[in-house]
Amino acid sequence: MYETTYHRPASIDEAAALFAKHPEAKYLAGGHTLIPVMKQRLAAPSDIIDLAKIKDLIGIEATSDALIIKAATTYYDITQSPAAKKAIPAIVHLTSVLGDPAVRYRGTIGGSIANNDPAADYPAAVLALNATIKTNKREIKGDDFFQGLFSTALEEDEIITSVSFPIPAKAGYAKMRHPASRFALTAVFVAQTRSGEVRVAATGASQSGVMRVPAIEAALKANWSVGALDSVKISADGLMGDIHGSAEYRANLIKVMAQRAVEAAG
Amino acid sequence: MSTVKLTVNGKSVSATVEDRTLLVHLLRENLNLTGTHVGCDTSQCGACIVHIDGKAVKSCTTLVGQIDGANVTTIEGIAKGDQLHPMQAAFRDNHGLQCGYCTPGMIMSAIDIVNRHAGDLDEETVRHELEGNICRCTGYHNIVKSVLDAAGRMKVAQAAE
Ligand SMILES: Cc1cc2nc3c(=O)[nH]c(=O)nc-3n(C[C@H](O)[C@H](O)[C@H](O)COP(=O)(O)OP(=O)(O)OC[C@H]3O[C@@H](n4cnc5c(N)ncnc54)[C@H](O)[C@@H]3O)c2cc1C
Ligand code: FES
Ligand code: FES
Repeated sequence: MYETTYHRPASIDEAAALFAKHPEAKYLAGGHTLIPVMKQRLAAPSDIIDLAKIKDLIGIEATSDALIIKAATTYYDITQSPAAKKAIPAIVHLTSVLGDPAVRYRGTIGGSIANNDPAADYPAAVLALNATIKTNKREIKGDDFFQGLFSTALEEDEIITSVSFPIPAKAGYAKMRHPASRFALTAVFVAQTRSGEVRVAATGASQSGVMRVPAIEAALKANWSVGALDSVKISADGLMGDIHGSAEYRANLIKVMAQRAVEAAG
Repeated sequence: MSTVKLTVNGKSVSATVEDRTLLVHLLRENLNLTGTHVGCDTSQCGACIVHIDGKAVKSCTTLVGQIDGANVTTIEGIAKGDQLHPMQAAFRDNHGLQCGYCTPGMIMSAIDIVNRHAGDLDEETVRHELEGNICRCTGYHNIVKSVLDAAGRMKVAQAAE
């Protein structure tokens, strides 16, 4: 790891001011992506601005319409939250199969979304539910947030403050985990909104990151059932193929995971 | 350089180190606590797991600045004098280790698992919860056996206290 200077600001404003002073800085939350990348010398921020202890960035709240998770809330705290479990159990399930227990103690929802790894879990929930990402500058809809591999609508100095998930009528998540890395080989989040819209997002599958799956959305819109997906064919065009699985294998996994997610959603 | 203050295995520690120092390096190189191991550079193996404020986390993925003021327990800090921690004793009795490289991390994770699942630990839960600890030797069967055995012993030990 290259040299760096560590800062622990007490507020969001103080963090933003530090960034303005040190343009080669990076924000740090759980550190479970940034620190490994720094160890490999693939990132060399001059300064590290730690968001993890900022009180205004931690906490979970459920209203009658939305589950709001502040950005530096850890996965562990999400899995332990009765409010989250009651509002959107699929999100708690997603979190319980993310990484391993030590990763869940440290990793945060804000870090996961800002990082936008093409095989990460949270982007699937954010896109399927069209969650609202609040930052210290504006609000961004899930539909506009993810912009391909590891890139998002965030500006360099922008801080995610919270993610607000509209509470759906039904939602489910199913993941085929890579046995060593525990990231998604392919995972699918299915949701039926309270207004009856069906939205489905797949992660780990596409070469350009998290994606909607229109063929599955149409079939579930017509008939919300596992069987409705039996005859759906997913094209392998644009999907990832690597030593872990071909694009065709992932295309089939999208359908199988969608079926398991519908089953979980009930 | 920054000065960090920690409590490590019950003792107050103050160290002035580079900001890029990882907890595992502070433990091994500054404090000579070499029981905590480094098994990978990808944060995947769990050999470096210690307790920070009671939670089992990877010390290779923690900058010392992040935990300034925290309470750290390592594998060296869990026995009571000559008396092994029930988890250590269970690993020994059940042949839960071979080369021993993964063992400190396994034991620190396993104590955390038992603490979080007091009373309702079964084999499936232990296997899911140990996903962050990789062992190249044992094939895991005896590790799982050790953890389940220790869960019973820790209950007895707690009841006795
Ligand atoms: C062994 C292992 C297994 C894993 N398995 C999975 C898995 O199965 N699924 C999965 O989804 N992920 C997995 N991860 C990744 C993990 O979820 C990371 O925690 C996550 O990607 C980043 O979150 P963090 O809080 O650790 O962020 P950090 O590493 O601290 O930061 C990541 C990036 O986000 C930026 N950032 C952080 N917070 C904010 C904010 N509030 N506003 C703006 N920018 C911000 C940082 O500047 C940095 O660029 C795994 C990681 C490890 C080490
Ligand atoms: S040394 Fe492998 S996870 Fe820390
Ligand atoms: S006992 Fe050798 S790695 Fe686990």
